[in-house]
Amino acid sequence: MIRICLRALLSHWMRNPVQLFAYLAGLALATALWSGVEAINAEARASYDAAATTLGEGQYDQVIPRQGSSIAQETYLALRAAGWLVSPVIDVERGDVRLVGIDPLTSPTGLGAVAALDEAMSFGQSGRLFANAETAGRLRELDGLTAEITVDAGIAPGVAIGDVGAVQALLGRTDLTRLIVLPEQPLVQMPLAQVAPALTVQPSQQVADVAQLTDSFHLNLRAFGLLSFAVGLFIVHSTIGLAFEQRRGMIRTLRSLGVPLRMLIVLITTEMLVLAAFGAVLGIVLGYLIAALLIPDVAATLEGLYGAQISGTLELRSEWWLSGFLLAILGAAAALAGRIWQIARMPLLASVRPRAWVMAGAGRFRAQTWVALGLLSAAGVLVVLGDGLIAGFSLLGCLLIGAALVLPALAAGALSIMERRVQAPVAAWFWADTRQQLPGLSLALMALLLAVSANIGVSTMVSSFRLTFTGFLDQRLAPELFVRVESAAQSAALNRYLDAQRIEALPLLSRPAQIEGQPARLYGVRVGPTYRENWAFLDESPAVWDRVAAGEAVVVNEQLARRDDLWVGDSVQITPDLRLPIGAVVGDYGNPQGQVIVSDAVFSALHPEVYAGQFGIRTGDASALRREIEEALGIPQSAFINQAAIKAMSLEVFERTFTVTAALNVLTLGVAGFAILMSLLTLADLRVPQLAPVWALGLTRRRLGQLELARAMALTVVVFACAIPVGLALAWVLLSIVNVEAFGWQLPMFFFPRDYFWLGLYALIAAGLAAAWPAWRLMRTPPSKLLKVFANER
Amino acid sequence: MLLELRSVEKSYTDSDGRVPVLRGVSFDLMAGQTLALTGESGSGKSTVLHIAAGLEFPDAGSVRVLGQDLAQMGEGARAVVRRSDIALVFQQFNLIPSLSVAANISFQAALSGRVDPGYIDDLVDALGLGDQLRKYPESLSGGQQQRVAIARALAAKPKLMLADEPTGNLDEGTAARVLDEMLKLVAQTDAGLMLVTHSPSVAARMDRELHLSGGLLT
Repeated sequence: MIRICLRALLSHWMRNPVQLFAYLAGLALATALWSGVEAINAEARASYDAAATTLGEGQYDQVIPRQGSSIAQETYLALRAAGWLVSPVIDVERGDVRLVGIDPLTSPTGLGAVAALDEAMSFGQSGRLFANAETAGRLRELDGLTAEITVDAGIAPGVAIGDVGAVQALLGRTDLTRLIVLPEQPLVQMPLAQVAPALTVQPSQQVADVAQLTDSFHLNLRAFGLLSFAVGLFIVHSTIGLAFEQRRGMIRTLRSLGVPLRMLIVLITTEMLVLAAFGAVLGIVLGYLIAALLIPDVAATLEGLYGAQISGTLELRSEWWLSGFLLAILGAAAALAGRIWQIARMPLLASVRPRAWVMAGAGRFRAQTWVALGLLSAAGVLVVLGDGLIAGFSLLGCLLIGAALVLPALAAGALSIMERRVQAPVAAWFWADTRQQLPGLSLALMALLLAVSANIGVSTMVSSFRLTFTGFLDQRLAPELFVRVESAAQSAALNRYLDAQRIEALPLLSRPAQIEGQPARLYGVRVGPTYRENWAFLDESPAVWDRVAAGEAVVVNEQLARRDDLWVGDSVQITPDLRLPIGAVVGDYGNPQGQVIVSDAVFSALHPEVYAGQFGIRTGDASALRREIEEALGIPQSAFINQAAIKAMSLEVFERTFTVTAALNVLTLGVAGFAILMSLLTLADLRVPQLAPVWALGLTRRRLGQLELARAMALTVVVFACAIPVGLALAWVLLSIVNVEAFGWQLPMFFFPRDYFWLGLYALIAAGLAAAWPAWRLMRTPPSKLLKVFANER
Repeated sequence: MLLELRSVEKSYTDSDGRVPVLRGVSFDLMAGQTLALTGESGSGKSTVLHIAAGLEFPDAGSVRVLGQDLAQMGEGARAVVRRSDIALVFQQFNLIPSLSVAANISFQAALSGRVDPGYIDDLVDALGLGDQLRKYPESLSGGQQQRVAIARALAAKPKLMLADEPTGNLDEGTAARVLDEMLKLVAQTDAGLMLVTHSPSVAARMDRELHLSGGLLT
């Protein structure tokens, strides 16, 4: 009996392949976008873990030079002799590979991620380096590197690791970069300042934890993945609903013929979940492809924004494919549960009138609208009372779901108005019929609303960010030339040279600092016309630069101000002995760290050992000045950075940051278009009995097809009109709430009507394309099929 | 005794309140007997049929099929009775739209494990469905669909056959052939047949005729 019933149930899909395709494709697309994003996140997490395991970064205190990046071998030996249990590290960039030499015997991470024992045993072999396959490939392309390279998948991306002596030999150096302080230290040891005054201890919590820094970026990706998943689930929900309604007659017949209800429920659940599993697997394969396509841009973004290296290749990790699979099954099960419940409660002789569901009760419609209003009210409450990133995302969820649920009511209202305004019979029928189609199309329209709103919201955010960021770059990169110097002597010589030439120089002093208990960076600047004229503040007190120059105030960046709940007029503790008021708060985009800016005089008084390592120079002819400085001071060409090059690089990082978002935007819109197509196709057969009488009354099939196309366009216009305020609200939440919580800075919001116009046009094109095929099929419906509607009447 | 209805009462609720449909209906149907149930539209004929099949329950009274009280049985047990002993021909045919005509015809026989290919072939020939076996219900006319529904019921060789206007959509000649097949089944298998009809000629071919009026049998 099970076999016979299953055959009957499955025969529905064989006869309705488009519906089967819609179900599988809906699940596959939902799973694809979610698992694609999760695959990227998992790859990044694995890379961070590998980096932590390999390098021990963020886990142990480190001894670092107060200035520069070199520790003499003798200093290391002196520290060991003085009782300091430290492990030597040399850490040098060669090309785009980080060469790290460690001492496996003293390093607290041991042999780290070097996997195989026999490989580990050969760790100390001269000139041998360990790297993952991708980095190994890059290493082999480096000129003059004669190392033997062993591929080890556990090594962090972009890192080649070897024995400290071997790496020193490879590089022809004898110094070290830093020393890892082992957790267990002897009770008695000489103070560091006495043994090595040029060195300082950097506590582990001051080393930015890259996983923590990038959390918000990955959270944003995940939110997008979830949104896409929701849009995909709309298709699944819609298809399951339609499939069940179409099978109500079959289910009634099966029960009448003696198939027990319980068996039917078990069979239908199994059938739908097996199909869902198939769709989920398809989605995971698609997700892998999407992730593989996007991961190079994500890698570039993470490196550009956070300096985090992640692997540019993708591995099939169970954490993302399993989560995608389970989410797809749970999503399908959730959509299924309501329908199964309906079957369980359906009286055996319940009406099986097709389309009964489409004429869904006004009660359900009202309930949905009330839920929507409840969610939108909750969003309003969260705006006023919400706090934190979770509240920000909850607000987004309430806003988007509420807007989607209220859409059918708004669309019905708009169509009613149109219906009342027209006199011509065909036009009156068109609007009335369009309103009648709303329940059947509402899920697809909600999906379109979500996709278009997300597009408007995210593009407003990105474009606002772009405008602000470009202005910010113009402000920060006012000097035409930047020079890095390698020593205190070179720094002093350059300063003297520029003073003598009466060229405005902006030396930049900086060092890590602990401000208000948080890791931050202290900057010393020479206050001059460039700062006064170019820097725009988010908030400032009068004569701020005069007060900074006089050592009476500081400028802090927005990140520090928001994180520590400080603003202009408050004060910050710079050192235990120095507390200064905040004179201004400056916007600082794309930087996760807090910054405090004091005058160069205050900085030098606090840290006399630190010299200006970087200079910004104002000049009318950057190339000529560069040549002059090269000749006069012997500063190498590589120490100069052109302002235009920095701007170009910064903008490139910015653009790549949002490539992923843009790609997800397009994919989400595509999924919504697909949802409309699937809804129209699956409804097409049910439309025949509705259209046959109109055809019989004198409307040609061609005209009916055209009206079907016009209907899709009209509904898209209604959806787009609703999506504009929702999208702008979304942008406001992203810019003013989520961004502040996630990144620590707020962005001004700008409007881009031309972009919205184009987006509206794309949405219309997507809807038009989706409606074209069903309309074409309708135009070609044989008259005999339309006649059958009357032939079967009794 | 195949079917036994005793003092069956049934009413529905509509906007006017409770509307009584059956008011103390009692009758028996023995093995090998045929019975026509006639009456005006809305007199409750289909309700009697549904109650006899265990698809609906009486508000009062009892219904016994093959000696078993349907009201005392669980959902699963009633499903077994419907599957194994009863065959229904619905007014709306209730074919499975996604199965071919051939699969529809053998469906209930397969459910009850009584598929007899030779008998089904004979039925198909007798009912003039030989050319339609590979088609799907949607491409059949109302009359053809009705014949498929009757073939499905007959193919299961039920002990009790309940039919709701089985010849309502058929021309006179086809209706006579269909009726012949149903009566042949009764004769061959000692089954019982109760059918609802408006046709006096169909009613005349049954052993008994019961007329339902105002919820009472006359």
